[in-house]
Parts: sequence; C-alpha cells; structure tokens
Amino acid sequence: MTNTLSPPSIPPAQALYQKLLQAVRDMIANLPEQQVHLVGIHSGGAWLAEQLQKDLALKAAMGTLNISFYRDDFDRIGLHSQTAPSEINFEVQDAHIILVDDVLYTGRTIRAAMNELFDYGRPASIRLVVLVDRAERQLPIQPDYAAWTLQEPPSGNLLLQRDEHGQFSLQIEQEAL
Amino acid sequence: MNLLLKNARVLDPANRMDQVADILVEQGRIAAIGQQLAAGEQTKVLDLTGKTVMPGLVDLAARLREPGYEYRGTLESELNAAMAGGVTSLVLPPDTDPVLDEPGLVEMLKHRTRQFDHVSLFPLGAMTVGLKGEVITEMGELSEAGCIAFSQADRPVVDTNVLLRAMQYARSFGFSLWLRAMDPWLSTGVAASGAYAGRLGLPSTPEQAETVALQTLLELQRSVGVHLHICRLSTAAGVELVRAAKARGLPVTCDVSINNLHLTDLDIGYFDTRMRFDPPLRSQRDRLALRQGLLDGTIDAICSDHTPVDDDGKNLPFSEAEPGATGLELLLSMTVKWAQDDGIDLLTALSCVTANPAGVLHTSGLQGPKLGSLEIGAWADLAVVDLDAYWQISRDTLLSQSWHTPFEGMEVPARVCATIVRGKVVWERAG
Amino acid sequence: MYNPQLNRHGELTHLLTTEGLPRDILTHILDTASTFVPLAARDVKKVPLLRGKSVFNLFFENSTRTRTTFEIAATRLSADVFNLNINASSTSKGETLLDTIANLMAMQADIFVVRHEASGAPFLIAKHVAPDVHVINAGDGRHAHPTQALLDMYTIRHFKKSFSDLTVAIVGDVLHSRVARSNIHALTTLGVAEVRAIGPLTLLPSGLDQMGVKTFTRMEDGLRDADVIIMLRLQNERMRGALLPSSHEYFKHYGLTEKKLAFAKPDVLVMHPGPMNRGVEIESAVADGPHSVILNQVTFGIAVRMAVMSIVAGASA
Repeated sequence: MTNTLSPPSIPPAQALYQKLLQAVRDMIANLPEQQVHLVGIHSGGAWLAEQLQKDLALKAAMGTLNISFYRDDFDRIGLHSQTAPSEINFEVQDAHIILVDDVLYTGRTIRAAMNELFDYGRPASIRLVVLVDRAERQLPIQPDYAAWTLQEPPSGNLLLQRDEHGQFSLQIEQEAL
Repeated sequence: MNLLLKNARVLDPANRMDQVADILVEQGRIAAIGQQLAAGEQTKVLDLTGKTVMPGLVDLAARLREPGYEYRGTLESELNAAMAGGVTSLVLPPDTDPVLDEPGLVEMLKHRTRQFDHVSLFPLGAMTVGLKGEVITEMGELSEAGCIAFSQADRPVVDTNVLLRAMQYARSFGFSLWLRAMDPWLSTGVAASGAYAGRLGLPSTPEQAETVALQTLLELQRSVGVHLHICRLSTAAGVELVRAAKARGLPVTCDVSINNLHLTDLDIGYFDTRMRFDPPLRSQRDRLALRQGLLDGTIDAICSDHTPVDDDGKNLPFSEAEPGATGLELLLSMTVKWAQDDGIDLLTALSCVTANPAGVLHTSGLQGPKLGSLEIGAWADLAVVDLDAYWQISRDTLLSQSWHTPFEGMEVPARVCATIVRGKVVWERAG
Repeated sequence: MYNPQLNRHGELTHLLTTEGLPRDILTHILDTASTFVPLAARDVKKVPLLRGKSVFNLFFENSTRTRTTFEIAATRLSADVFNLNINASSTSKGETLLDTIANLMAMQADIFVVRHEASGAPFLIAKHVAPDVHVINAGDGRHAHPTQALLDMYTIRHFKKSFSDLTVAIVGDVLHSRVARSNIHALTTLGVAEVRAIGPLTLLPSGLDQMGVKTFTRMEDGLRDADVIIMLRLQNERMRGALLPSSHEYFKHYGLTEKKLAFAKPDVLVMHPGPMNRGVEIESAVADGPHSVILNQVTFGIAVRMAVMSIVAGASA
C-alpha cells in the first residue's frame, strides 16, 4: 500500500534534482564531450537521466538499464521484468559513463548495473550519481555524488515519482497495517 | 458341508427373489429357502441379520496371469482377490504364456488350481494355435480337458477364411466361440477416435474397428449357426448391431466390462495410464448405449475384465503403457454403483453378474444345475454382502497383486463379508 | 482446477502444452521474450540469469534444429548445457524413461528439455521430478510443441500488433502435427477472430470444431481473406500410409503458391515451423517472398525459449 505522505525529513525532490544537475554539470566539465554518456537505471534513474540529458543539452546519446537479468536474487524471486528492456545504443568501449539512479540503498543494483555495462564493452570510466543515499550498504559501493544522505533508515521503501508535467517527488511506500 | 444361514436378505435375480429368509445348505447344495428353517445335524449356523446373501458372482473375463506372467499376478493372489469380490465362478481368457492351445496345458492349470479348491474356473481354449489366427486348435481335446469354449483373447483374426472354418468346426461339436469384435487394420490406436484423442494427439481407434468386425462375425455366423459370445462391447453402434442380430434370432450373447460401463475417453485426463484399455474408453454416447443395452437385455453380462498390470507396465507414456486394470474385487461394487447412479432395480442390475453370465456359460455348453442362482439343488456358491457398507478403493484395500485401477480413490458401495463355495466358507473378511 | 504446469502459487513451473495455459501467462512469456530480443544485437549476447544451472537436452527423437536453438538459448542465459543423444545411450539397452530421468536428476539437473515420440511423455516426466526441477516440452508425439506455438504467437504479435481481428489458417497435415495443436490452443486463448484448418480429410483429425477450428478441404476457400497462414511440414511417411497418393498431387491442391496466396489479405503473413519441403507444401517464390516471416520465426525462437527457461527456473519450489 502506498502511503502518499512525503518523507518528513527529506527536502523536496525537485530541489534535490537541482543540486544533482549542478553536480553533474561540474563533473562533466573536464570530460571529452563526445564520450560522455548518461545511463539511467529503470525506472527512477532513467527519468532523472532523461531530465539531465535535456537540461544539460548533451550531444552524446544516453542509455537506460533494466538490470533484471543481472540481479543476484533470481533464485528467490524469479523473473519479474515488466519494465522496458535495456537500451544502450552507443559504443560503451572507451566511454565516460555517468550512471544515474534515484535511491542508493544496499548497492546491489549498482553492482548489477556495472556488470551489465561491462557486457556491452569496456568503459573508460563510470561515475555514480544518485538523488538519495540511504547509506545502508551491503556491498563496497559509494556514489561520486549524492544530493542527500539519510542519517537514519526511512520507515518504508523510498520511491521516486514523476507526474505528468515531469515534476519529481519522493514518497514512502509503507506496508499496510 | 451343512450350513444354515439365518435372517439374511436373500437376493436371487434368477427367480426375482428379494426377501428376508433362511437358507439351508446340505452336502454343499442349496436344500431349502424359507422362514424359520431348522438346523439339521452337523450344521453350522450363521446369523446374517442385516446382511445380504446372493449367488456368488460369475465373472466372464478374469486373467489370473498364470502361467507365464507371475510377476503381474499369481493364482493365489488373484483367486484371493476373486473371493474378496464375491466371485465364485470365473472364465479365463487363453492368452497366458504359453497360450492355452494344448490339452496338457489345461490339465496343468487345473491341477494347479485344484489345490486352492475354491472358485470354479472355466478356462477358454485358444481358437487357433498360439492365437496366431492360422491353424485351428484341437477343440475336441481341449474341451475334454476342461475348456468351456474357444477364444482369440485380444488377438484379431486376419484371415476371414480361418474365421469361417473355425466357426464351422466349433459348430460341429456344439462348441461356442467367444470373440472380441476388432478389425485388425483399424484397431491400431491406443485411444478411441474422437475429439479427446484428437486433442491429446494419441493414435486412435475409430468405432468402425468394432462395427466392421462385428458385421463380419455376424454375417459369417448367420450361415453357420454357431453360438457367438461377443466380448467387451464398447460402441453404441455395436450395441445396435447386436440388438438387431438378437431380434433376428441369431445365437449371440455379449458382455461389457466395468471400465467401459463407467468411464469415458475424457477420463484419460493428462495421459493417465490407468485409463489405458483395450477396447479403449469411448464417448459418453457410447457409455449411455452400453447401459441401455444392459437394461434391455441386448448385453447379457458385466464382467470385470480383470487384467493385472505391474508398475513397470503403467509408468510409461500412454501409448507405450500396457492396457488393463485390476477388477475382480470391484465387479460387485461397480455393478451396485451403476444401479444406484441410474436408479436401477437391484435385482435387474445383479442379474448381469449372476444369472445372465451363468446363462452364457450354459449356452456355451456348461452342464449341470444352474450356476449363478439359488435354485434348490444347485451348488451353494454364495456371496455374503453388506450392501450398505461403503469402502474406498485403494492399494491398501485391494488384495490383487496389481493395484492399478482407474477407480482408485473412489468410495463405492457393497462390501463382501464372506464367500461360500459348495457350502464351505472359503473366505471371510477379517474384523 | 489442477494444472500440472503450474505450481501451487500459480506460477509456470513446467511448459508442457499451450492448452489450458491462462492468457496472462502466455502474454507474460511473450512480453519477457521481447526483453531478450535486443540481446542478439549485442557483442556479449549472454546474461548471467541461469548461471550455475544445468539444462539437459533429452532428445529421444532426432532434431538438430530444435535442439540447437534450445542450446543457444540456454547458453545465452549462461546455463551449462548437456545434450543427451538418447538413441545411442542406455534407453536402447532397455532402460525405462523414468530410470533415465532418475539418473539425470542424481546429476543435479535443473531443467529438462524433452522431445519424445510418445504423446504425453513430458507429463509423465513432470510427475516424477523434484519440485525445483523443471520440464520443457520440445515436442511430444502429435500432442504439443508449445515453444514453437509461442514463437509463432510472438511473430504474429510482432507484425500484427493485436490478435483480436485476425483470421489464421493452418495448412497441411494437422492430424499428425503437434505444432498445429499447440498453435490452435494458443490462438484461441489469445482470442483471434477465426482459426482455420485446411487439408484433405485424411489429414484432418476429428474434433477440430470442438477446439474452435473451422475446417476447409478447398485451399482457396480456406485462404480467403486470411491474415496469417501457417504452413505445416508434410512428412514423406504419409505417402506410404495410404493418406495421400503423392507429393505432386498434394502440392497441386494444398501447396502454397503465389496464385493461392492472392486469395488472402494483401498484408498476409506466411509462416512455417521448418524445415520446409520446397515444392511440396510451399513454392520458393512464396517462401523467399515479401510475405514470408519464416526467418524471423527462427530469430524470435531463441528469445522465446530464453523467456520460457527464465520463467520456469524462477518459479518457487
């Protein structure tokens, strides 16, 4: 059951996005323009990457990753790929990838995303940017930039929403009592 | 052996008797049936209040698997099963290994069974040597050795000339032929032709496999006049043909198995090998016609078609599995169940497993007092039954060496409490 | 109602037949397959989904083509694949089907892909495997060939987008065809407007109308305004079984030629499960022509089989 109350102690998602945008702008300033590619992880990361792509007016194509074939919990939960497939239509070889995700939690999603990227080719570098870092890592994975870092665990799953005008908001999905 | 059975509900379909009475058995024969009979000397008295006594069942087809197929069943295990089913007379098809085509083999079989001294066995002799359908057997010799009639079991005769000569030869001696109506070329399927076999992609046998063969048999018989007993009728069209033949006065009798009486091709479900039979299970229309045929006398008898199969024979893909199922212990219950399901008078239903099949045996040449009935002077072959007791068919309740039955798990009526042969209690249910 | 293909959570744990599979499961398989299609364009065509799992190809009937596509599909999922050529092995020495299975299970098999000449054999196997072992039917006798039907459905959906208004004609030896049966069940479940079977009476089984199929013995009538034509392979043994006089006569009346194709809709799809007998059931101009999607079927076949393997392997035990 989705509880539509916004999480109490986190700034609004739009504000966080602005911070993210500036950070990415700074990050890519010294990278060769033709080889910088944003790659967003479905679905929240992909939305963010799309918005970044527009706001930064990047020339090089962006990509999206599904990662459902690379997860480490297949034996437990099986295959539930309802989202669109991965789309990487540029040459990963020697690319500078900016990997974008909405919420960084255990780090397993990022591990899967990197594995999948490497099946496309050998990038020159991968930098990770996220909107919110829950800081409850189970793997040695750290973001290069997080717009917000939580001090204590939220009361439920943190989800990024995008409305019909493209405005972002963060919500907590709580278990029904 | 003298017995006095008191206060039982006495059912005798042959004489349309259904009343509570006493039965007195003297020297192994039925001496009297009446009220308040007195026990003579050395007479064992049994109080059967609440129980039913009926003639022991006469089963026109039961394979005991000896000789040759002992891994599927032995005389001992299968005769035990017969008695647990209240069957006191049974007919053996000749497809043992070796085939019953020589008097010596029949002698051996009778010798083997003598030590059991229980159920009356009526072996069918092979009509042709090795059942190959080429050379007629020494029917005279086989009859003297004890064969009641002659049969091809489930092997069709390809050569119509052989069929005609066999009929003529049998007729000369007054012997009967018990034959399956199966055309050799059309009977190659493993299931009945129809929508269901079509869905399952199983090689199928059309109803013409039975009707074409039946027409041939009846047409040949018409010129010869031999008594033909058609075994395991399975189609509505086949019932029609037999009905017409009987109406014309031809000496034809026939039987149906408990499997075709109750089941249809839909019961095959997900390739359930317990439903693999020869003849195959057919449609609901056919089942209806078979039941109607029993009621109007077109079909004389219900038989168990007892055919023990072991696990190896059933744990195979459907078309590779062996046809057949256990049935001796189920003949009575499945007959009573049919009566209950269709609201048929009990005596009529039970006549199909007592007086009527006995009649077929007498027509085939069995001499002596009438089997399958409670005539005064007849041998006291009786089944003591609790008609209202329901039991569940399962591995644990079946005595046969083979527990493969399509009726597994079903709760059915009529439990045999004891079986009496020639006035002697030869089997009693424990507890 | 008990369905041997579903586990107690209603998940697909075996794929034995398209008959009786709920529409949402069929659609789920097609949707999953579409996520695997782009893999073929990558350099690294593998995903690690079934890494560590063992897939045993048990082909009791010879088939290099189907076995190879299953092998490719399993390999692209990073599974370990073992091919068993049953003719040469113990079964010809008298080992029963179930004994073969028991032996292989003792070698930690996760998925059995089975092709057998007896209808129903995969059902028997599925009854006897442990809960975390999965059976995929690669063709049993005349009964079913579910992965072929699924890739046919995928192909139709890819080109026609929707199933609802379609008239689909299946031509040829329907009587002996497991592909035909599986297609009929899938098409009716997915809700096509009309399913037709075209062939001589000797090659049409009884009970087709109960399966929701209209039968035609004249090909021109059966092809009229069809959206999709599925041609079935004619096997040579049929000539010997008194079912047909000759392939020459068969081609004349039931072979797909450009002339006969004209009776169908202008954008008709021509499909064939393969391998084709050119000049017997189909003429080359049609097989290689603009309406033919036969090669697409092959490509989609790999993605569909990857989807099926992933889905059953992911079902809870």
